[in-house]
Amino acid sequence: MNTPTPVPSGTCRDAPILKERGQREVFCGLTGIIWLHRKMQDAFFLVVGSRTCAHLLQSAAGVMIFAEPRFGTAILEETDLAGMADAHEELDREVARLLSRRPDIKQLFLVGSCPSEVIKLDLARAAERLTQVHAPHVRVLNYSGSGIETTFTQGEDACLASMVPVLPATDQRELLLVGALPDVVEDQAVSLLTQMGIGPIRVLPAPRTAETPGIGPNTVFACLQPFLGDTAAALTRRGARMIQAPFPFGEEGTTLWLRAIADEFGVDEDTFERVTAAPRARARKAIANASEALRGKSIFFMPDSQLEIPLARFLTRECGMEAIEIGQPYIHKGLVGPDLDLIPAGPTISEGQDVDKQLDRVRAARPDLTVCGLGLANPLEAEGLTTKWAIELVFTPVHFYEQAGDLAGLFSRPVRRRALLKLEAAE
Amino acid sequence: MKLTVWTYEGPPHVGAMRVATAMKGLHYVLHAPQGDTYADLLFTMIERRDHRPPVTYTTFEGRDLGEDTAGIFKVTCQEAYDRFKPQAMIVGASCTAELIQDDPGGLAETMQIPVPVIPLELPSYQRKENFGSDETFYQIVRALAAPMDRTPDVTVNILGPLALGFRHRDDIEEIKGLLYEMGIGVNVVAPFDAAPMDITNLGAAHANILMYPEHAESAARHLERTCGQPYTKTIPIGVAATHEFVSEVAQMCGVEPKKDLSRLRQPWWSKSVDSTYLTGKRVFLFGDATHVQAAARIARDEMGFEVVGIGCYNREFARPIRALARDFGVEALITDDYLDVEKAIEDAAPEMILGTQMERHIGKRLGIPCAVISAPVHVQDFPARYSPQMGWEGANVIFDTWIHPLVMGLEEHLLAMFREDFEFHDEAGPSHHGGHAPKPSDAGGPAPQTPRHISGTKMDEPRSDEGSAPTGADVMVWLADAEKELKKIPFFVRGKARRNTERFAADQGLQEISLDTLYEAKAHFAR
Repeated sequence: MNTPTPVPSGTCRDAPILKERGQREVFCGLTGIIWLHRKMQDAFFLVVGSRTCAHLLQSAAGVMIFAEPRFGTAILEETDLAGMADAHEELDREVARLLSRRPDIKQLFLVGSCPSEVIKLDLARAAERLTQVHAPHVRVLNYSGSGIETTFTQGEDACLASMVPVLPATDQRELLLVGALPDVVEDQAVSLLTQMGIGPIRVLPAPRTAETPGIGPNTVFACLQPFLGDTAAALTRRGARMIQAPFPFGEEGTTLWLRAIADEFGVDEDTFERVTAAPRARARKAIANASEALRGKSIFFMPDSQLEIPLARFLTRECGMEAIEIGQPYIHKGLVGPDLDLIPAGPTISEGQDVDKQLDRVRAARPDLTVCGLGLANPLEAEGLTTKWAIELVFTPVHFYEQAGDLAGLFSRPVRRRALLKLEAAE
Repeated sequence: MKLTVWTYEGPPHVGAMRVATAMKGLHYVLHAPQGDTYADLLFTMIERRDHRPPVTYTTFEGRDLGEDTAGIFKVTCQEAYDRFKPQAMIVGASCTAELIQDDPGGLAETMQIPVPVIPLELPSYQRKENFGSDETFYQIVRALAAPMDRTPDVTVNILGPLALGFRHRDDIEEIKGLLYEMGIGVNVVAPFDAAPMDITNLGAAHANILMYPEHAESAARHLERTCGQPYTKTIPIGVAATHEFVSEVAQMCGVEPKKDLSRLRQPWWSKSVDSTYLTGKRVFLFGDATHVQAAARIARDEMGFEVVGIGCYNREFARPIRALARDFGVEALITDDYLDVEKAIEDAAPEMILGTQMERHIGKRLGIPCAVISAPVHVQDFPARYSPQMGWEGANVIFDTWIHPLVMGLEEHLLAMFREDFEFHDEAGPSHHGGHAPKPSDAGGPAPQTPRHISGTKMDEPRSDEGSAPTGADVMVWLADAEKELKKIPFFVRGKARRNTERFAADQGLQEISLDTLYEAKAHFAR
C-alpha cells in the first residue's frame, strides 16, 4: 500500500524539456537570507553588495521585516571600486565593528552579490582571513547569493553547501535532514522518525552553531527541499549517502519520503503503519476538504521557488488538478526525478524563462490558477486570471502530514475567493 | 563601504522605474542581472498596480559575462520595441551592469529603433532613488520638449507626481481643483499618466506647478531656461501654504487668486475645544525634505504642537532643512542611517512621530504614536479612498491622520484618573484602536526589542523593562515610592517623566530619586 500507483503511459521524467532563455522574473539567491537568518539564531548574514541588494532584502518579502534583523548590507561605494586592496580593508573594518557590537554572533556569512562577483572581490579569501582573526569565537564562511549565479531558493542551497566542508567528521550511523524548515514542521518530521525507532537525527542547518551536525561515511541524509542540489553533492563528497524520494508534500509525498528513510533503517511494515496511520488519515481528510474547489481545475506554474515539480505532483495526484505547464528555474533530475516519475506525461515541462513568451502561453491557455511571483500576480488578476503567489509557499509551513490540508488550502483560497466575491453591478 | 540595515531610498534605477511606470507609452530597457526584477513588485504589490511596470530587463547571468552581454542588450532592446511599440524608450544600466560598461545608450544609438531612445546615466554607487527619478524625468523632458506657441488661454503644467509616491494620485486632483477655481487650465500633468507625446507639448503652458522638488526640480529649471516658463516654489501642504500657493500661482499667471473654502474644515477642527489637548504635544519630524518642511509648519502653526526634532534623509535638501531647523530652534538630523534616526527619536522622547514607514516601526518599538507623512511608503499608504495631502482637502486629511494615533481629549484624562481600572487602564491604549493598541514598555525606558543589531549587546533576550535602562537607571537609584508613583503616570508621558526626573536629579547632584524628587522635577519642567 505504500508503493505509488503505477502511472500507465509514460511520465514526466522522460518528457522533453522546453528550455527558454530571455527575461527571468525571479528573485536572486539573496532572498533566502530572509528565512535563513531566522532559522540560524547565532548567525549573521553580511551581504557585500550594492544599494540594490539592501533594497531587495527589505522589499522582497512584500513587507519590511523590522524585527531584529541579523543581516545587513555592506554597500560598495565608488572608492571601493577603485582598488581591490582597499575593498578588503574596508570589509575587515566593517566586520570587526559588527562583531564587537554583536558578541552573540558565532557564525558570520559573507554573502557575495552581483557587483562583488563582477569586480571579483574574493570573499573566500576574506572569509579565511577573517576566520583566523576572529577564531575561535566566530567562524566566517562565504557563499554567493548573486543573481548572476543563483535564483531565489538556490541561495539556501549555496549557504548550506558552504557549511558542509567545515562540518566535523563522525563515523556514527546518523540520519541528517537537510533544509531550513519552520520549527513546527521540523519537530513533526523528527517525531515521526523517532517513533519508528530511527535515530540519532540531526538537522542542517542547526539552529545554533553548538548543535552543528557531524558528517562521515555512515551518515545518510534526506533533503527536505527540492532545491538543495549543491548541498547534496557536497555531502556526498564528504562520504554521506543520499536517500532519494519524492518530497514530503501532501499525504502521498510524506508517506513515500518517510518510507524511503524507514526502508534504509530497516523499519518493519507494522511499525511504519502504527506510526503513520493516524496522521495519514488526518492528512487525507484535510486534503479532501481543502481541495474541493481545486478538483478538475487547471494550473500553470511560472518558474519561481523550485518547488514547482513536487507541488504539481501533489496537486495533480491528490487534489485532482490538471497541470498545463510546470516551469522551474532549473531542473535537477537527481532531486526531483522521483516526483517527475509520478506525474503522467501531458503537461509542458519548462526550464528557465522568457517571461513575455510564457505570459503569452498563459493567456492562450487561460488556466484556472496560475502560480507566479509577486511582480506578475496583480497584473494577471487584472486580466481575469486567478493567481497564487509563489513566495508564500516558501514562508508557510507546508511540509508533512499535518500541513497537507493547509498546503491545498493555499491553492484553493484564491479560487474560492474569486467565486465568493460579487463585485459587479447586479444584472 | 558602509553597513546598512534598512534604506530610505532604493538605487537610482528604481527612481527611473518610478517615472517609467507612472507614464504611458514609454518603455524602459534596463541592463541588469536576474534578481533585479524584484523591483516590479514594488509597483504591483505596494501600489496595487494592475499592469507590469513597462520595464524589460536583460537578466544576464554569470555565464554571459565572458561572452556578449552587449549583444544580449541589443536583442532585448529590439524585442522590447517590437513587442510593446512604445512612443519613446529610455535605456540604462543597474548597479551590476554599470560595472561591465556595455554603454546601453551607445548600443541603442547604433540600432534602427524608429522612436526616440533616451540614454540614462545613473551612477549607482554615488546616487540614490530620488536622484534617479529627478534625472530621468529631466532627460525625458530635455529630449522631447521644445519651445512652442503658448495656449491662447492661461494653462500650466503640473510636474512631479509619479509612481509609488506618497498620495501623488490624490494630490493631482487637489491641484487641479485649486487651478480650476482660478480659471487656469491644465496643459499636461507629468510624469503621472503622461505619454511621451504629451511631453512634447509641455512648452505650450504658461507656467509650471512643481509639486515635488525631489522628482522634478531639474525638469522645471530646464523648462524655465528653454521655454521661459516660471515655476512655483510653494508646496501647498497645509492651510497657510495653500493660501500662499494660490497667491503665487495667481501672480505668476496674472489672474485673480480665487478660492473656494467651503470644504476646508481644518481651521475650525483645530480651534474647537476638543483640540485643546493637542497643545504643546512634542512631535519629531522625519521624512523627505518637502514633506518635512510642510509638516513642521503645520505642526507648529496649525496644530499647536511643539516640534522637538526635524530631519530628512535626502542629503540634496540638507541646506533648507538645516535652515528650517534653526528657525524651530532644534538641530537638523540629515541622515539616511535608520539607526541614527532611531537613536535621535529615543533621545528626544517625543509624544508623537511624524515620519515614514520606517519611523512607524521605530514608534511601534518605543511605544510612541506615529503618523506617516512621507515616502518610503507601504501598501497601507495607498488607501482606496480619496486622501490627498495638498490643498484644502489635504489639510482636512492631515488633521485627521495626525490625531488618529493619539489618545483623544477627555479620554486622556480618564485614562489617567482610572489607571487602576482593570479594563480602562492606561496601557489599554487609545480606545479607538481596538486590538492594535501600542504596547509601550512599562518603564518608558528603552524599547523592549531594540533591533539595533550592531549596537545592542543582548539581542536575543527581550529586554525586561525594569532596571535595564542603560544610562539613567544604572547610576541613579529610584526609591520604591518614587518608582511606584512613576508607574501611575500615563504611559505616553512616562518615558519623558523618567528622563526629565533623572536629568533633574543629576543636575542637583542626587544619587537617589525619591517621591519628592519626582514632584520637584515635575514642577521644574512644568510649562
